[in-house]
Amino acid sequence: MTQVRKLYVWQLPVRFYHWNNAICIVALCLTGFLIGKPIALQTAAEASSSYWFGIIRFTHFVFAFLFFFNFMFRTFWGFVGNDYARWYHFIPLKKKQWREIVQVLKIDILQATGKPIESVGHNSLAGFTYFITFLFFTLQSFTGFALYADMSTSWFPHLFAWISPILGGDLLTRQIHHILMWGFIIFAIIHVYLVFYHDYAEKRGVTSSMIGGWKFIEEEKETEK
Amino acid sequence: MNKKPKTVYEEFQAKGHSRRDFLKFCTMTAAFLGLEYSAVGKVVKALENKPRPAVIWLHFQECTCCSESFIRSSHPLVADIVLDKISLDYTETLMAAAGHQAEKSLQDTMAKFKGEYILLVEGSIPTDANGAYCCIGGKSAMQIVEEVAEGAKAVIAWGNCASSGCVQAANPNPTGAKPVHKVISGKPVINVQGCPPIAEVMAAVVVHILVFDTIPQLDGLGRPKEFYSRRVHDTCYRRPNYDAGLFVNSFDDENARKGYCLYKMGCRGPVTYNACGVTKWNNGVSFPIQSGHPCIGCSEANFWDNGPFYQHLPSFPGFGIETTADEIGVGLGLVTVAGIAAHAITTNVRKRRALFGKRVDDSNVDISKE
Ligand code: HEM
Ligand code: SF4
Repeated sequence: MTQVRKLYVWQLPVRFYHWNNAICIVALCLTGFLIGKPIALQTAAEASSSYWFGIIRFTHFVFAFLFFFNFMFRTFWGFVGNDYARWYHFIPLKKKQWREIVQVLKIDILQATGKPIESVGHNSLAGFTYFITFLFFTLQSFTGFALYADMSTSWFPHLFAWISPILGGDLLTRQIHHILMWGFIIFAIIHVYLVFYHDYAEKRGVTSSMIGGWKFIEEEKETEK
Repeated sequence: MNKKPKTVYEEFQAKGHSRRDFLKFCTMTAAFLGLEYSAVGKVVKALENKPRPAVIWLHFQECTCCSESFIRSSHPLVADIVLDKISLDYTETLMAAAGHQAEKSLQDTMAKFKGEYILLVEGSIPTDANGAYCCIGGKSAMQIVEEVAEGAKAVIAWGNCASSGCVQAANPNPTGAKPVHKVISGKPVINVQGCPPIAEVMAAVVVHILVFDTIPQLDGLGRPKEFYSRRVHDTCYRRPNYDAGLFVNSFDDENARKGYCLYKMGCRGPVTYNACGVTKWNNGVSFPIQSGHPCIGCSEANFWDNGPFYQHLPSFPGFGIETTADEIGVGLGLVTVAGIAAHAITTNVRKRRALFGKRVDDSNVDISKE
């Protein structure tokens, strides 16, 4: 007989982080894109009557702070949260994790049929991918705050003021910041698709798991009759 | 030759300038240095009492635009202070001596004012082929700069060439051109950035050393903070248009005539640290943005390699000259979407069985919580 086990996987802080992060990234990509390529208005306006670009930038900075501290919070939760949230699921240090990465690639990308993936939380490939996005988060925050440092009198952004000189100035810092945006956009496209795909193919309820926290793991029940 | 060197003020007088001119100069310089009004006295006192410093000005791979800028500074005394008043003991373009005489005067100055003289370097230093690309008097630029920097009290790198290599160091940098701070070691180098730097800034840096006997506070890239701590963008008079989202879209549109912000025309003001918006050029007449041209970022390292100048995003290295990160990003995005579509289709074909074959019969399911 088949049994579906209900598992509480994503704790509230993880879910909170996830949606906060999603909103921030969407907002930062939208505002960031506009900062990089403002729409061309042909108006007869006077500068004193409008501030829309200033507001776009302000929004970018507000979400930037949210994004950064949210990310810091998730990093912290990676050390204190439940097993599924822990940092070691994100960095493939064990052979077993690499084996699972290969297995996932075979099943999901090459679409071979095989044993279902064992991991209940993130599978090893997903975890590793998220680790790479965390590196992106770090780079994006660092370059962002480096650019922000000289527009701000507050001490916090100035903690990042050493970054621009290493990159030879703001020119490269800004270009890296811009290029990384595309990393976020492409990640988001693939991420959303794969979640839907897994929901469809594995029927474990991944999509809703990030809302309610529960996953449904189907397994054969041994005896019991 | 052994008499006491004249002070700067004495030189002023000898030149026939009035006390009034002198005080005006001191006030102006103090203002440029960002000193409060009460510090003007300090500048006056220093210039009245200190002997004029010896200055050696070396020229390597450069176009002399730094010198040109310098001698066109707004206040005649600004140029005077270095060219006449601060004795310029050696400078290839302006000194009277030539040949062996000139080399001898260089050696003399170095020996006589050891540890006292200020070294000013204009131009980058080629390092490939053992420095053969730039030789003066039988010595390579590398040798000369190391030798002269040895006994210098302070080293100032004039302009983008000496500070970060400028056009000579732009890709592919055929001569292996390097800025001063990468060639000499053990001495702080003051990078007075710009192509060329602003004349008043150049003079004020020299005066700073003279008045305070220390080098000015430098930013992470070796530029004096007095002049390079703010972006052109932060002091630009077109900034309200930027914040209002009013941009020039082409050089001959109505927006350009209205003097809107040049951001979309490739303005590098937001990433360029310089005093153009405040000090301006040619006696405060104007600066590039005021004349309708976007900032090209000439006080930033590698600004030549971040072209084209007339678009916001630099071209992406390794792709066509005008291909930007955005175009590549859109391309990758489309490839991703296509890949996803292909994946979705094959999923339904290849995993048909797995997807639809086995259905969990509700009556057989035991939903248990762990
Ligand atoms: C998901 C994360 C983020 C994305 C996708 C993003 C995207 C962008 C983009 C595309 C630009 C325009 C660059 C250009 O000029 O071409 C930009 C500008 C900027 N971003 Fe971000 N950004 C993100 C996070 C951050 C963070 C965490 C900060 C930290 C404060 C930040 C600060 C800035 C600053 C200061 C600018 C320059 C704005 C200006 O000069 O007006 N960004 N961002
Ligand atoms: S013209 Fe350039 S420096 Fe001035 S506000 Fe616009 S972008 Fe900034």
